[in-house]
Amino acid sequence: MVRSGDHPFAQAPSTTLQEKMATVRFRPDPEPHIVVNGEVCQDCTVHACVYACPANLFSLLSDGSIAFSYEQCFECGTCYVACNREGAISWRYPAGGLGVSFRDA
Amino acid sequence: MSLVYDVVVVGAGPAGSAAALVAARLGRRVLLIERGEYAGSKNVSGAAFYAPQVLGALLPEFWCTAPVERHLTRRVISFVSPESSIAVDFRTARWNRPPYNGFTMLRPRFDRWLAEQAAAAGATFLPETVVDDLLRDGGGRIVGVRTRRPEGDIEAAVVIAADGVNSFLARKAGLRGELRPEEVSIGVKEVIALDRSTIEERFALTGDEGVTYEYVGSVTEAVKGGAFLYTNRESLSVGVIVQVASLAGGKVPAYELLERFKSHPSVAPLVRGGRLVEYSAHMVPEAGLAGLSKLYGDGILVAGDAAGLCLATGLYLEGINFAVASGAAAGETAAEASASGNAGAAALRAYERRLDRSFVLRDFRRFRRAPAFAMSERLQNVYPGVMTALAEQALASRGQPRSKLLALAREELRRAGVPAWRAVRDLWRGGRAFGW
Repeated sequence: MVRSGDHPFAQAPSTTLQEKMATVRFRPDPEPHIVVNGEVCQDCTVHACVYACPANLFSLLSDGSIAFSYEQCFECGTCYVACNREGAISWRYPAGGLGVSFRDA
Repeated sequence: MSLVYDVVVVGAGPAGSAAALVAARLGRRVLLIERGEYAGSKNVSGAAFYAPQVLGALLPEFWCTAPVERHLTRRVISFVSPESSIAVDFRTARWNRPPYNGFTMLRPRFDRWLAEQAAAAGATFLPETVVDDLLRDGGGRIVGVRTRRPEGDIEAAVVIAADGVNSFLARKAGLRGELRPEEVSIGVKEVIALDRSTIEERFALTGDEGVTYEYVGSVTEAVKGGAFLYTNRESLSVGVIVQVASLAGGKVPAYELLERFKSHPSVAPLVRGGRLVEYSAHMVPEAGLAGLSKLYGDGILVAGDAAGLCLATGLYLEGINFAVASGAAAGETAAEASASGNAGAAALRAYERRLDRSFVLRDFRRFRRAPAFAMSERLQNVYPGVMTALAEQALASRGQPRSKLLALAREELRRAGVPAWRAVRDLWRGGRAFGW
């Protein structure tokens, strides 16, 4: 998980996003709590969601469309706040007890 | 048939649990609703918790039993360029004894404990329950909440929206508009495990003493924001907080900035050898007074982050104390209103008057210019570099004749492309934000 290990000359414990996400506990809601309307974002050139999401759940595909998955969502809301397209992102909380559960440990 | 309570509190963070605790102690029937599987499971902050007197007024000497990590005796504020940093490093033994000045903590543990205190005071705690909407009577007045459970309507004389930065309830109540990307930031954080003795030696701490480091400047590159490193008992909390509006322009995600922050020459030796235990992210309302919602309506009060009660000025980075103070005031007002049978907006305005008199709204008004100043272009992206360059020039020893400080400062400002008059004007602005 940590590339640098506990070597006495180890540098910063740098980690990939994949390694970061592996530390987080998710119990996904079977029903997606965020839905992206590809028609609305089709001609968007800003792609704020791609840079805004702290879990990198939005990817820009080569044809200009956005691929999205909701299962590893932090429920932070940054995507819908950053998005400048009305109706592109429908957002609500996952069902009670589901979604992300932080432990800080 | 629906359930009926005097006070329904939505969200068991510090604001909601404080509200439920106070209203329950005043003898009201209180329901505290939390959407997570336990209180704190959705909550993220640094976390530094200041002004222990505020929670201490509700739970005397809470630090003896609450899961706090370290009490803060040292604070470091650093201005950073790619290879250098210059810091103000304050420490005092006076904060090494009760009532202390602040603590670090891990929110899933602390929030869970605080919700338990509300339950012990008599509030009913209902976890794993999402509130989707408000119930209104024929006159449009708020009379309860609609949960996402079968037959999930719950009636209440007063609803307290403590549902966090996204506060869909404050918006549904018409007390605030949509969040704008200029008024919120996204924080990403790693908890990095390090053993106790390494933390104490590395940060010059004894026992449960703790330190907070905050950074502004090139750590977030062209994106507006800052970074932090806090000491817990056996871990560090390391994170970057960046304005949502500036992320798309910078075309670099926050977790990437976090990696660059950890590798900065002034940060890398502090996190060296640590092991990542959890990554997390959360939004922060950072607009100060300008970002506050309306605090009350017919049958509803808004507290904590839901109301925008987080003060991010660079010098002060506080939210949990405002959450507890506003929650307690909301709980008291809701208890009085439900007991008197009048929970209209005119009666609930007592909540705003309470906050007006307390440090909460006084601090927000007094430092109303500070959040925008802290996020201004030159403070973010120019002056930290000027400061480190000036320090380097002043401290360098090259066997050459030295210039005096003012000449060096003029030279560095010229190099950064900032006319002296503009720097003087910014100093004046900083003075108005913080000084007088």
